Amino acid sequence: MSSDTPPALYAPQEPIFPRKVKGFFRTFKWWIMAVTLGIYYLTPWLRWDRGPSLPDQAVLIDMANRRFYFFWIEIWSHEFYFVAGLLIMAGLGLFLFTSALGRVWCGYACPQTVWTDLFILVERWIEGDRNARVRLWNGKWTLRKWRLRLTKWIVWLFIAVATGGAWVFYFADAPTLLSNFLTFSAHPAAYLTIAILTATTFVFGGFMREQVCIYMCPWPRIQAAMMDPDTITVAYREWRGEDRKNSEAVKAGAPQGDCIDCMACVNVCPVGIDIRDGQQMECITCALCIDACDDVMARIGKPRGLIDYIALSDEEAERAGAAPKKLMSHILRARTMLYTAVWMLIGVGLVYALFVRSDIEMTVSPVRNPTYVLQSDGSIRNIYDVRLRNKLGEEREFHLSLTSDENLRIELGGRDNLLSFTAPADTTVLQRVYVTARPQDPAASLARTDLRLWVEDLGNEDKASQSTIFNGRESK
Amino acid sequence: MADRKVDSETGVETTGHNWDGIEELNNPLPRWWLWTLYLCIIWGVGYSIAYPAWPMISGATTGVLGWSTRGNVAQDIKEHEGQNAELVAALVQTDMDTLSDNADLNRYAIARGGAVFRAQCSQCHGSGAAGATGYPNLLDNDWLWGGEIAQIAYTVRHGIRNDTDDDAHWSQMPAFGDQLEKDEIAATVEYVVSLSNTEFDAALAATGSELFAENCASCHGDAALGDQDQGAPNLADAIWLYGGDRESLTYTIVNARFGVMPAWGQRLSEEDVRAVSAYVHALGGGE
Repeated sequence: MSSDTPPALYAPQEPIFPRKVKGFFRTFKWWIMAVTLGIYYLTPWLRWDRGPSLPDQAVLIDMANRRFYFFWIEIWSHEFYFVAGLLIMAGLGLFLFTSALGRVWCGYACPQTVWTDLFILVERWIEGDRNARVRLWNGKWTLRKWRLRLTKWIVWLFIAVATGGAWVFYFADAPTLLSNFLTFSAHPAAYLTIAILTATTFVFGGFMREQVCIYMCPWPRIQAAMMDPDTITVAYREWRGEDRKNSEAVKAGAPQGDCIDCMACVNVCPVGIDIRDGQQMECITCALCIDACDDVMARIGKPRGLIDYIALSDEEAERAGAAPKKLMSHILRARTMLYTAVWMLIGVGLVYALFVRSDIEMTVSPVRNPTYVLQSDGSIRNIYDVRLRNKLGEEREFHLSLTSDENLRIELGGRDNLLSFTAPADTTVLQRVYVTARPQDPAASLARTDLRLWVEDLGNEDKASQSTIFNGRESK
Repeated sequence: MADRKVDSETGVETTGHNWDGIEELNNPLPRWWLWTLYLCIIWGVGYSIAYPAWPMISGATTGVLGWSTRGNVAQDIKEHEGQNAELVAALVQTDMDTLSDNADLNRYAIARGGAVFRAQCSQCHGSGAAGATGYPNLLDNDWLWGGEIAQIAYTVRHGIRNDTDDDAHWSQMPAFGDQLEKDEIAATVEYVVSLSNTEFDAALAATGSELFAENCASCHGDAALGDQDQGAPNLADAIWLYGGDRESLTYTIVNARFGVMPAWGQRLSEEDVRAVSAYVHALGGGE
């Protein structure tokens, strides 16, 4: 036991000042940022005509009316399995990409990475590159420091408000909500949601950054289960780089490796690690160290790829001087093919389900309390609650009928002698249906008689049907 | 700074704690994590002051905001009542005969009536309104006092054979056990059976027919089709409130039967009386 002060149990956050970098992967990441942010901010503003009685927003999650609109697809709440299926596909897709290419999601497409990248871009634009930012950080709080900080925070805040603002537009008509928002007449939930998302964007993108990935996100801890020696990850070719220029061994006369200890890979790292220490939990495989190192290698006349996307299984061959296996031979293996197969199976299933569903749907629930009603003339009546979903964007007239081997008669509750009724656009109509067997009909005394209820859209002759049971006097 | 102890296997600093040779590695948490703990504690204290929290001997602390789940429900109900105020006002004023012309109001009345029925009527008539022996089935097309919506509303409002409402339906069948001989009663029963059944003693029924004309036809009608004005049931149809077999009929004729129903107009609001009438009318038997 130490008699002095015990070691600190809590670590302060080490400030990280990622340096600007240019290269293939950085350019690729700029493109991904532009596309993903573009999709996020612009999607709610796309319009899609669905007729006069339905919203014209292309992508809309209408909680109040329990509808989800995605361009030509409209999903009702009872079809939520489509969303569940998409979430399962997203999960399996993540498994697939992680087992093939490591943490590509983290490095390229995760919102935390994309917005942090954007925030660092703003930071660099206002406060300068790494060295200037380090000086500013260490410097006193002068007027200039205040000015730069406040400018940066205000721009961040603007981005954060836009982020939170874009989110709520997915849940209501965007133009209406924007004008309501600006005139302070939007629903309090909208303001609260924007406030919360503004705060999380501002804090996570501006201040927490890598802390979110390391301490808050469960994914870095889970993904190890999806990775194996064939997974492509960002790594340092230690057998090529060592011994480093400034190492004790080189000073003692050992041959120098390719690494000149320029620290470029460390300086550009957004999570503040040294990739040369090997695979680390903190690494989000953003590949910026590859760009930084390639730049240095080009300048000192060495081949690129001292830090590169490589698979662990190639290490032995590379150490022996052989060439690594082809990229595709790493990616195409039983594990990734299995993930792909399951992913596609669900995808095909969902697409099939999407195409076979019809614009009218009927469910029939027989009233079982009581199972039948004896009428004064001795006939037997069964009651059914028929729910008809008219998923079309216009009012339709529907005709109900039944088919059965036995003689049965159908009536609609509250419609006098009519067998047709209208269903307004995009609604579910509950219609009580009476089916009667006369005393002399076999169905009146039989325990059970099969029958099928049909509904026909009188406009386009679309039909839907459902089978059900007629209970006679013998039924218990 | 104390002299650092580093675990040779992992290269990680240890806390210096040692239990039988097992040392604890020190992988420090970020400092902000600790602050979230403190923030949660502060939040918890504030929450337990603002909202109901601490159990006491009688009930829990109420919280300075005065919020409660019960109050929340009460407010929800109030809100909905406010939203429905217009429909309620229209329901109270509407002519019941034309209620079904107004689809929205009709739907509201039936939904509201369903709730009233399950709370107030289902004890006797059953949750599915199928009734039981002595309690009429409200799903069929046989009505003692009329199945039009206004007639149903009258029955609901004033009830049947109660002392509390002067306008209650009131019909009385004599107990014929004092007035007819046993064999006369048996003959009458046989005649009533013959009206709706194919198997009967024709000779006995013929005797019963004369007795029926003398004693029963004044209320039940010459053809025994009943009379809704005085609540006399139709004896020629398939529906029996107390049973249509000979034993039940004999009991009915000897002792007479008197079902009662409270005057719901005295217990329910006007809109609830109308709503439950609309609900019963829409069950399937309404005329």
